[in-house]
Amino acid sequence: MSKNSLFSKKNKSLLTDPLDDNNPVTVQVLGICSALAITVQLKPAVVMALSVIFVMCVANVVVSLMRNFIPSRIRIIVQLVVIASLVIIVDEVLKAYVYDVSKELSVFVGLIITNCIIMGRLEAFALANSPWESFLDGLGNAFGYGWILIAVAFFRELLGAGTLYGYPVLEKLGVYELGYENNGMMILPPMALVTVGVIIWIQRMRNQKLIETN
Amino acid sequence: MQELANIFIKSIFIDNMVFAYFLGMCSYLAISKTVKTSVGMGLAVIFVLSITVPINYLLVNFVLDKGALVWLGEEFKDIDLSFLSFIMFIAVIASMVQLVEMIVEKFSPALYSSLGVFLPLIAVNCAILGGSLFMQERAYSNITEAVVFGVGSGIGWFLAIVGIAAIREKIRYSHVPPALRGLGITFIITGLMGIAFMSFMGIKL
Repeated sequence: MSKNSLFSKKNKSLLTDPLDDNNPVTVQVLGICSALAITVQLKPAVVMALSVIFVMCVANVVVSLMRNFIPSRIRIIVQLVVIASLVIIVDEVLKAYVYDVSKELSVFVGLIITNCIIMGRLEAFALANSPWESFLDGLGNAFGYGWILIAVAFFRELLGAGTLYGYPVLEKLGVYELGYENNGMMILPPMALVTVGVIIWIQRMRNQKLIETN
Repeated sequence: MQELANIFIKSIFIDNMVFAYFLGMCSYLAISKTVKTSVGMGLAVIFVLSITVPINYLLVNFVLDKGALVWLGEEFKDIDLSFLSFIMFIAVIASMVQLVEMIVEKFSPALYSSLGVFLPLIAVNCAILGGSLFMQERAYSNITEAVVFGVGSGIGWFLAIVGIAAIREKIRYSHVPPALRGLGITFIITGLMGIAFMSFMGIKL
């Protein structure tokens, strides 16, 4: 750390890799649960992405600061306590300022605790690296998660309900008069899976080296 | 008795953790490459769920809920600790998982090494915490119902992961477009299985 400047090449790649080549959702297969469940509309997805960015950065820094004092036998409990306290803060803030969204997210705010991205990055990165690097890693991964979330929510809300962020885009464009109808299927849970599947498909067509062998 | 059977069937098929709520997807996708490891993982999840849900049920009813502390004395009846439920649930879950990890490491090293990093990750398997949160939200009336719900959700998750693992073993022999291989096709198959499972509650478009 002392040898590197704050934004050395390595640190920059910590930040940018998770956006595409090493995306937490589509490549590392972490944090799928919430990525699917709360993407019916754009607004909860954005709130969720912001919450995860906050929890992830802070948790990474805190665990990285404590990494030399945590006995490996009880590391899981320590990590979870750190995450859970941060999530309680997020939950209380959401309840205070955006109550309707907090109602909509229901148990899924609590489930940020078990969002495997956060836990996975703590295990794989923060336990072995300095706070600043962990912060960048957390930020990068949280953004990588966030953009997938928002992309899925964008298509599901647009195709399923014809609105974006609650604003009736398709109605204003007048496509209903041309005989277009909303695809109610997009709102149902299974279509979230198919949407993510298609995103993965597109990403791997662009980025051939991610293709798996079977 | 009929009540219990209802909860059991409902938590396996209708409110299936994977297909209806997407809980536990991460390990579901990552462990389901072969049937053998997925059976091990599924059993671990059933085991952990059937222990943690009743323990958390007792926690909710005797410590966390409003008025739950009344057994300590009259002056405690207004205390509402439910904002602590996340942290209490996760502490119970994490300690149970650590226990399971030690047991598996001791008695079945082969299973231990094939589960790899995903054994500790059971702690963050959303299905486990989700089980406890749903138990709290649905307010089951006694502990037997909570046990049945825990076991049922575990079995539902087990069925889902074994099903997808069997399909993935066979799909190795089919011609999938290269970019869809592995993860992509698994997502889409899960979507199709989800549509099938939705027929248990009826699809409303």
